[in-house]
Amino acid sequence: MAGSTLTIKDLHVEIDGKEILKGVNLEIKGGEIHAIMGPNGTGKSTLSSAIMGHPKYVVTSGSITLDGKDVLEMEVDERARAGLFLAMQYPSEINGVTNADFLRSALNSRLGEGNEISLMKFIRKMDKQMDFLEMDQDMSQRYLNEGFSGGEKKRNEILQLMMLQPRIAILDEIDSGLDIDALKVVSKGINEMRGEDFGCLVITHYQRLLNYITPDFVHIMMQGRVVKSGGPELAQRLEAEGYDWIKQELGIEDETVGQEA
Amino acid sequence: MTTETKLPFDKEYVASFSKGKGEPAWLGDLRLKAIENAETLPMPRPDKTKIDKWNFTQFSSHTVESQTFNSLDELAPEVKALITEASSKNLYIQRNQTSAFLSLTDDLKGKGVIFTDILTAAREHSDLLQKYFMTGVKADEHRLAALHAALLNGGTFLYVPKNVEISEPVQAVYVHDNAEATLFNHVIVVAEDNSSVTYVENYISTVDSSDAIFNIVTEVFANSNARVQYGAVDNLAKGITTYVNRRGVVGRDARIEWALGLMNDGNTISENTTNLVGDGSFTDTKTVVVGSGEQTQNFTTKVVHFGRNSEGFILKHGVMKDSASAIFNGIGKIEHGASKANAEQESRVLMLSEKARGDANPILLIDEDDVTAGHAASVGRVDPVQLYYLMSRGIPQKEAERLVIHGFLAPVVNQLPIEGVKNQLTEVIERKVR
Repeated sequence: MAGSTLTIKDLHVEIDGKEILKGVNLEIKGGEIHAIMGPNGTGKSTLSSAIMGHPKYVVTSGSITLDGKDVLEMEVDERARAGLFLAMQYPSEINGVTNADFLRSALNSRLGEGNEISLMKFIRKMDKQMDFLEMDQDMSQRYLNEGFSGGEKKRNEILQLMMLQPRIAILDEIDSGLDIDALKVVSKGINEMRGEDFGCLVITHYQRLLNYITPDFVHIMMQGRVVKSGGPELAQRLEAEGYDWIKQELGIEDETVGQEA
Repeated sequence: MTTETKLPFDKEYVASFSKGKGEPAWLGDLRLKAIENAETLPMPRPDKTKIDKWNFTQFSSHTVESQTFNSLDELAPEVKALITEASSKNLYIQRNQTSAFLSLTDDLKGKGVIFTDILTAAREHSDLLQKYFMTGVKADEHRLAALHAALLNGGTFLYVPKNVEISEPVQAVYVHDNAEATLFNHVIVVAEDNSSVTYVENYISTVDSSDAIFNIVTEVFANSNARVQYGAVDNLAKGITTYVNRRGVVGRDARIEWALGLMNDGNTISENTTNLVGDGSFTDTKTVVVGSGEQTQNFTTKVVHFGRNSEGFILKHGVMKDSASAIFNGIGKIEHGASKANAEQESRVLMLSEKARGDANPILLIDEDDVTAGHAASVGRVDPVQLYYLMSRGIPQKEAERLVIHGFLAPVVNQLPIEGVKNQLTEVIERKVR
């Protein structure tokens, strides 16, 4: 089966009454890896939160569709079951809920009543992915993200990605706060997912991540819009020269939308 | 101010009841003195909950007769589910006030362990019972304690001699299946020097009552270097007003660990006090509560430090839904002379509805300089960002809420020493939070 397509058209998003996204257009297809780069406060994380349906973000106009279906009409859990996944920059800590119980619950909610995965099969699958991501086995019985180090949380996000096998994944600064070894492991997980059925949007500040995950498309975000798109060479030029040349080219003085987002 | 209340049962009744049960003179006398005092003693005053209007004294019947159980197969399914193969070996089942089933292994009998209903204990182990009965909770503390002593009509006596370590849990199940029943239940657990025991009890209603009263007192004595693990799940019906006082007295280097699931559907005043008397004594008290419907509850957990180097930990987690309201008092008291004592407490309340009320009230009372103490308390709602995170993995909102609630209560639930009871508590929570 061919991959899915996530289409974002003229998306405007507000938080606390302030407009952060001012008309974003983007299309991500199965098999493609897109990277969104840009300085702090330009709306990158807002885009990912709006796609997933974070309660604080209000879409004021524009559309998001997945294979033609209106994502904005769906509840957060429905978006996930439709095939979307967001690896979060700051995953929540949930006391008393083990990582394993959480993941099994998430997996079963996708499989639906009557098709639940057996406990043994689940454990084998989880063990295998944890080995692949070089995670301690005891992480499965620890409470979800509680007391996890920054690197452990990021690995855990990728573990969820690999277990849940979404059609389109958004990775929101999955590389921030990672040392080089952890970055390699996380990239290994994402590359393992690569394939015709998997589309991915990687949000990052740093070109460093893109040394390990080669994107097909690179987009630059400023002032709540995608201001420039190109291939992997665009990321390399940013790494070498920074963002100033783009600002000059486009006549932008302040690239932010006036708020940390 | 003391109010006089006309009690439905008088001295003559108490005297004849005691005589009818063949009780020793000391117990009869204690009852009579208590019924005399009951009219004038003040009611207990749980912090922040007014109970003046609650009915703890007016009820029609003091005794009901119930059939005993010849085998565990006769139990109602929800009662049977509490009992496991392992816990059935040392098991007491009380049906309303009637001692309905008892088992104790020959091994424990041979070691001198006593496990029997309290009225039998009064007849057969009179001196031993007298040494402990109403010494942890005094009959003249307040009106409810006096009424309890006067009208005692059920309960358990568990005695573990010196150096005896019981590995399997000992279980008591108090079944309420007669709507007319009023219960004045008294549990005594004595762990002599260097002994250890795990006692687990369940209060369970299989019928509702319109206006019943349960007045429960537990006294736990952990003598030098003894260890008592005390687990309880209270699951009494909506129409029952409950006063339950569980008190521990901890000797030198001894410890009592409480794990209490307070899941009554009716109005409840629960007091759990541990007196750390001996040097190096220790207590850890974990409480989990779910309030629902219209019920009003007060949960006071108190640890009093007398001994040097004594340590007390209070952990309470409560979930409040519907229009339920509850006060969570945590009191750490360090008496003068209890140097190097450590008093820690934490209360967390999770509110599930706009109409629910919950109040966490931490209190530290310290009369000694060289101590450590700490408290943490919070009252909050389910975090929408947590729900968002769970839902972003495909988990529907209801299920996400269920996970958060169970997770919130897990630190206490997981402490319960018997698997069957833990499962029961999980099921009760499931039912109450749905």
